[in-house]
Amino acid sequence: MLKTFKIGGIHPHDNKISKGTPIEVMPLPEKVVIPLSQHIGAPAQPCVAKGDKVKVGDLIGTANGFVSANIHSSVSGTVTAVDAQPDASGVRKPSVTIEVEGDLWNEHIMREATELPDLDAKGIIDAIAAAGVVGMGGATFPTQVKLSVPPGKKAEFLIINGVECEPYLTADHRVMLERPDELIAGVELLCRALQVTQAFIGIENNKPDAIKLLSQKAAAHNGASIKVVPLKVQYPQGGEKQLIDAVTGRQVPSGALPIDTGAVVQNAGTALAVYEAVVKRKPLFERIITVTGKPLSTPRNLLVRIGTPIRSLIDYCGGMTDNVGKVIGGGPMMGRAACNLDAGVTKGSSGILLMDDKEASRGTQGPCIRCAKCVSACPMGLEPYLINVMAKKGMMAETEKLHPYDCIECGSCSYTCPAHIPLLDYIRLAKGEVMKIMRARKS
Amino acid sequence: MNETLIYTVLTLCSLGVLAAIALFFVAKKFQVWEDPRIDDVEKMLPGANCGGCGFPGCRGLATALVKADTMEGLACPVGGAETMKSIAEYLGRVAEEKEPEVAVVRCSGSCSVRPKTNLYDGAQSCAVASSLYAGQTGCSFGCIGFGDCVSVCAFGALSMDPRTGLPVVDDEKCTACGKCVKACPKMIIELRKKGPKSRRVFVSCVNKDKGGITRKACSVGCIGCGKCVKTCPFEAITLADNLAYIDPQKCRLCRKCVAECPTGAINEIGFPARPPKTEAPETK
Repeated sequence: MLKTFKIGGIHPHDNKISKGTPIEVMPLPEKVVIPLSQHIGAPAQPCVAKGDKVKVGDLIGTANGFVSANIHSSVSGTVTAVDAQPDASGVRKPSVTIEVEGDLWNEHIMREATELPDLDAKGIIDAIAAAGVVGMGGATFPTQVKLSVPPGKKAEFLIINGVECEPYLTADHRVMLERPDELIAGVELLCRALQVTQAFIGIENNKPDAIKLLSQKAAAHNGASIKVVPLKVQYPQGGEKQLIDAVTGRQVPSGALPIDTGAVVQNAGTALAVYEAVVKRKPLFERIITVTGKPLSTPRNLLVRIGTPIRSLIDYCGGMTDNVGKVIGGGPMMGRAACNLDAGVTKGSSGILLMDDKEASRGTQGPCIRCAKCVSACPMGLEPYLINVMAKKGMMAETEKLHPYDCIECGSCSYTCPAHIPLLDYIRLAKGEVMKIMRARKS
Repeated sequence: MNETLIYTVLTLCSLGVLAAIALFFVAKKFQVWEDPRIDDVEKMLPGANCGGCGFPGCRGLATALVKADTMEGLACPVGGAETMKSIAEYLGRVAEEKEPEVAVVRCSGSCSVRPKTNLYDGAQSCAVASSLYAGQTGCSFGCIGFGDCVSVCAFGALSMDPRTGLPVVDDEKCTACGKCVKACPKMIIELRKKGPKSRRVFVSCVNKDKGGITRKACSVGCIGCGKCVKTCPFEAITLADNLAYIDPQKCRLCRKCVAECPTGAINEIGFPARPPKTEAPETK
């Protein structure tokens, strides 16, 4: 029997319409807007000024603190502004705008290198930090921080997340199919960085081609033991805690970190970025993005430079149509509707999804009938309907007992609600408020 | 039949007496003495249990008042100076003098002056919408308009104006309890000195963007030009982050800034209509 996680879960239609389209290189845009805060943690400190000439891969923002990441230029050209620019959600964030001139790469980048360098764990982690690699599944947690296991804890194995449980998205699937050797080499480097000898690659069995290919490559691999684990399709299997449960059977207790179970989870895209960062000394300035949706004439998987405007991606794949109801950054379950299409894509952009009017409409909200569908769907074992009511009433202190801080914001509750109640919206609100209360109590 | 009835009644009565005796002793043993003044003070408070004082309900404030040594920092914004004066008298202390305050909405971005750039169909709550994104207009600082402030007001002092999409404060009903100030995720509502004859002058904008960006998003936003700062004869206006602020303590309500503001971001409330093209009369 195939493995999966034990609590909750749903089965949305997977709509992977772009899974057969090979990765294509997106032509360079005329201008990029690179936000200095593309990761969880402190925004990077800009180290270029207006008028400076930059090359591809040049450092433009330095990590500001322990949980932060370097930001590099994704194009060559002239810096035209270092100021606050609206991101996809319209909020102004410090950004660097660069006018593109040619495509000159920083000479430190070894584009042809394929040999794994002889580095120890610290050397690998330093190379990853220098390249500004962050979790590419969407959470954008700086990778070097995740690889630095806190004292007193020990990593037992590495889990590579090739689940891609979000409907529509196919970027990781294409990476696994088209860059398997680099991916496996990236896994080897991650194992060395963590000083572990066992790695698992979790892949849902709706990607049989990827399972087959990577199993072959993993069997032929010399070094750490890599095992491909086929998983039963269920959303949100790509959640870190769900994946650990599915692959190892261990559950992360409430309030604990994944490392407490001995597992470190990295996304398949991150493994590729780690390979490029360590072997080719190539900073994270481009990524593979699925541009998809029913209104698009040609959904594609594109290799895009960070900072390329969302609008140009859409235009490249067929352009906007009149019936587009929403443009979503990320997948349909966890992604956020974008209100500013001139914003650039970031390190965490896994997809750009266009929804037509019908698909985008929320449905008329009705009263809660206590059917408890949300309770059975919640992969964290929470009571979404109750947190929703308490949050609406503003009873934040009492809500703490319901553990809203454990919510992974997967959206299964809102998806499954027959009354179309925006459960997640209020749970997210409660999560923020309760965490504020908890922090205030600690200090 | 009669016997059954008598025995039943007798048993129950004796049980009742026994329980009463037991309860009497238990009550004596576990009695908690509470200052009787707390009850009296609570009766003097308005009893709205709004939490505006920072305590959980009126009894919370009453307990704090009786336990404290001075009246410092303890005030019922609803009852106002009079209530606090009578409580102070009862407790044998001197009441703090506090000027009456009222809530003001610092946003004039109605539907006509602040065009929508996108449509939001999520949960109809300002707190939720503001946690998700910048908002339905180009101004990421302005009123969202779902009325979180209206729903928390326990006194019915706030209402949404359907024409402008902005909340309106009823000066008569507002008690300055400050609940709306906490409820607004954009921190638009401010408690300001009520002013003589309920007259007030304030900058009705909280946009900290640069002038050009503000102007594009909203035609009545503060663009941070600083004209009002130069005009003010009492140095009551300060400019920070492209936004002017009028200090209510220094403002003498001369209204020169209102006439000077190029975008009309400074609002005056409670003044008689201005006669056209004549100098505004100095009040006070």
